[in-house]
Amino acid sequence: MSPTVTGTGRRAGRGRVGDSAPRPDGIPKVQGQFAFGSDLFAAGMLWGHTLRAPHPSARIVALDTTAASTMAGVHAVLTADDVPGDLLYGLEVRDQPVLARDVVRYVGEPIAVVAADHPEIARRACAAITVRYDELDPLVDPELAADASTPAIHPDGNVVRRLTIRHGDLGATGDVTVEGAYEVGMQDQAPLGTEAGLAIPGDAGVELFVPTQSLHGDRSQIAACLGLPEEAVHITLAGVGGAFGAREDVSLQVHLCLLALRTGRPVKMVYDREESFYGHVHRHPARLWYRHHADRDGRIVKVEARLLLDGGAYTSSSPAVIANASCFAAGPYLVPNAHIDGWVVRTNNPPCGAMRGFGAVQTCFAHEAQMDRLAEALAMDPIDLRLRNALAPGDRLMTGQVITGTAPVAEVIRACAELPLPEPDPTEADDWRARPGGVGRTTDPGDLRRGVGFAVGFKNIAFSEGFDDYSTARVDLSDGIATVTCACAEVGQGFVTLAQQITREVLGIDDVVLAPADTSIGSAGSTSASRQTWVSGGAVLAAAEAVRDQLLAHVARTRGTPTDHLAIDDGRIRATDGSVDVGIVEAGAGVAFTATVEYHHAPTTELDEDGQGDAHLSFAFAAHRAVVDVDPELGLVRLVDLATAQDVGRVINPLQLRGQLEGGAAQGVGLALMEEIIVEGGLVRNPSFTDYLIPTVLDVPDLRIAALIEQPEPGAPFGAKGVGEPPTISSGAAVAAAVGAAVGCPVSRIPVRPQDLTTDAPAAPAGRAPCLVRGCSGSCTIGPATQ
Amino acid sequence: MTAFTLRVNGDEHAVPDAWDGESLLYVLRERLGLPGAKNACEQGECGSCSVLVDGALVCSCLVLAAGVADHDVTTVEGLVVDGVLSDVQQAFVDAGAVQCGFCTPGLVMTVTDLLARDGEPDDLEVREALAGNLCRCTGYGRVLEAVRTTIRRRRGDEVAVPVPAPVTR
Repeated sequence: MSPTVTGTGRRAGRGRVGDSAPRPDGIPKVQGQFAFGSDLFAAGMLWGHTLRAPHPSARIVALDTTAASTMAGVHAVLTADDVPGDLLYGLEVRDQPVLARDVVRYVGEPIAVVAADHPEIARRACAAITVRYDELDPLVDPELAADASTPAIHPDGNVVRRLTIRHGDLGATGDVTVEGAYEVGMQDQAPLGTEAGLAIPGDAGVELFVPTQSLHGDRSQIAACLGLPEEAVHITLAGVGGAFGAREDVSLQVHLCLLALRTGRPVKMVYDREESFYGHVHRHPARLWYRHHADRDGRIVKVEARLLLDGGAYTSSSPAVIANASCFAAGPYLVPNAHIDGWVVRTNNPPCGAMRGFGAVQTCFAHEAQMDRLAEALAMDPIDLRLRNALAPGDRLMTGQVITGTAPVAEVIRACAELPLPEPDPTEADDWRARPGGVGRTTDPGDLRRGVGFAVGFKNIAFSEGFDDYSTARVDLSDGIATVTCACAEVGQGFVTLAQQITREVLGIDDVVLAPADTSIGSAGSTSASRQTWVSGGAVLAAAEAVRDQLLAHVARTRGTPTDHLAIDDGRIRATDGSVDVGIVEAGAGVAFTATVEYHHAPTTELDEDGQGDAHLSFAFAAHRAVVDVDPELGLVRLVDLATAQDVGRVINPLQLRGQLEGGAAQGVGLALMEEIIVEGGLVRNPSFTDYLIPTVLDVPDLRIAALIEQPEPGAPFGAKGVGEPPTISSGAAVAAAVGAAVGCPVSRIPVRPQDLTTDAPAAPAGRAPCLVRGCSGSCTIGPATQ
Repeated sequence: MTAFTLRVNGDEHAVPDAWDGESLLYVLRERLGLPGAKNACEQGECGSCSVLVDGALVCSCLVLAAGVADHDVTTVEGLVVDGVLSDVQQAFVDAGAVQCGFCTPGLVMTVTDLLARDGEPDDLEVREALAGNLCRCTGYGRVLEAVRTTIRRRRGDEVAVPVPAPVTR
């Protein structure tokens, strides 16, 4: 069954709203001519490198850079003493040192930076810096960090944020309760492009070319650390090799500027893959406990949960991540009574922050496992249980907020669940490549167990909790060519295409040029929280409409026709009475039209002490269904099929939308089956693509899109919701559920590891297949009924 | 230091002063001004740096530059002839296989190599061939579609519709 992807259908191929317009950067990218951060070059440039801490917790007793400074080819060796402005930076709280002074709090914390003639000389100079440490016992257990009696590892304390949601009657109880504890490992965004950039010193400051998610967010932090006014720091977006949250925080930006200003020469820096693992924040690992109460009909009565996220050494975006984890902790269901206790704590583990899905990914895995447990306890069909509790417009969230926009939760559940399961592929029956473990030929086909899992999840669109969230765009029109200027970071998601489509749609022209994204215009905010289609899209739309109005007013003036009689139609300006019919180029000849608009989305409010408030702008929903084959002897899993339905508001570019759904789902699949930064005693054990596995093309089946639910969202430009994050939220949960269904017991930890699936089977209750999940007493009664 | 000559995309390039340890990837990118091959892992896991050496697909991060002196090196830049994209490159654009684009040059080289060896690979053969190229954006769906598109067009089952050149000013 082929999915139906609908656009507006009109003016197909013209690259307007609803069309699969091609990316403007596609042709340079396939030729290798698109300049990523690591591709930059400037005459006379030096190479930077960073010395990083080898210990998770230590005092710096002595630091000697003499040998490094005197090496041939070395031009600068800088430490914390060389930072002229604020030593600390951070997205929400400035608590992270640009370079560590006196103390290091995680493995990989930067201590010194070097500029040299050749990258290898820079590396050797870093190795020649001697640092004497007094090692301390690292705080690596988040439970311990949450304990008030544990000594603080940072002046700001160990609890970064505790957020409690109390909603309805906390004493309410249901006829049935199910309880579960869940764990989520630390995931890496693993963008293919590592951190990189080029800083060029100037008379009045510094110019930085860097791949980032937020030009202006970077600039305010960089300028403060350099002790310069913001105008003295000019940032241009370099080509971004993927982001997924990894580029929301500052990494090498300040270091590059420090080295360039000190040496008076351009300085380039490129992290290698290992350094990249240390150089950016990760998805928070989580420990989650849930108790669901329901009545006998399957209506949720109350959800209790305790969420503990490990934020690592510094704050990053942890306060917002725990807010999302808490607000969406129970999933897209009507929950009349709730008590959610959310914690994010500081430890000596790697710092964690933004990653696609942003807190909702971890809790989706848990709340969906709980729904499956509840269905089992109630002897209900798990899809029916979800439909019975699905949120709908007008419903009240457990934060007290009423959903005033669209919420097609039942629609995505139904569409995804009703897609027929895949037929067995006869060509794969005897093909080793189509089995868990692939051509290793290790799986005995007779042992395979197939499982089907389902999950639905949601999160907020754009920034929440009262943040003044806005973007700025300018549209210039002359000679029938429009130029769009916006500091929105294109990270691969395709905003550049959307900006062109929106402008073409409004102005009725084909030729739309994008100016480079830089800080010469006002902020566009961060490319995160699925917000740019709405917020920067809104800014481009408003600027294009303002230019259109100027053009029509000009035509009205020069042709003596009332403005309200004029409209743009298919590249021409026509009057309703037929008195004007002129091409846009001719109509505006010799006149330049321009408009700059700052677009703010509707305000939100903070959460009160009970976690109540209208904290979110909008919500987006998706469902996934996964089919897996599990080899229970070897603990190997093959994802056989993945289907989805998503709430998208309105499709602006069908092809790009599909790419977001496919790519986002693959990251969820990776979290469920293979992706984990293994941290032991604060040490990262697998900082490479040899040992940190991301899905290959053999791990991800063709995603089947059961439906794109187009219900235009009130207030959103064209009614479109951001689509980037929902695919990552429920995909992994569905895969985990499928594995659980195959082996006969809910998976309680992701990524699910071979050793989690291969323990000696405990005795099975009568009439049930044995449960194979490690640590299960056999009393789970979840095992599939034997035939 | 070592001096040698590299033949890349048919052009001879003198490399007068490289450090002996420099990889082919580093020399292409930093000394010859050919940044098409990408540096995502530099240990042969991701395929982003894929190039052809004497027609064989290699990870250029794992090859010493001095070791392939006087051999034929083909990079993604060499697939464009007289300003016209190769059919594989065009299919990547048309199928939506490009997002951030960092893995794209390596994937284009791998697909070019695969289809030069086997014009009609089945789905699993395509996946096996591409399994050494990591992509983080696309989930591979449109990349596979780009391969299928190229195969259809080579068979004559489909005609590429020229994409108008982007407007510049």
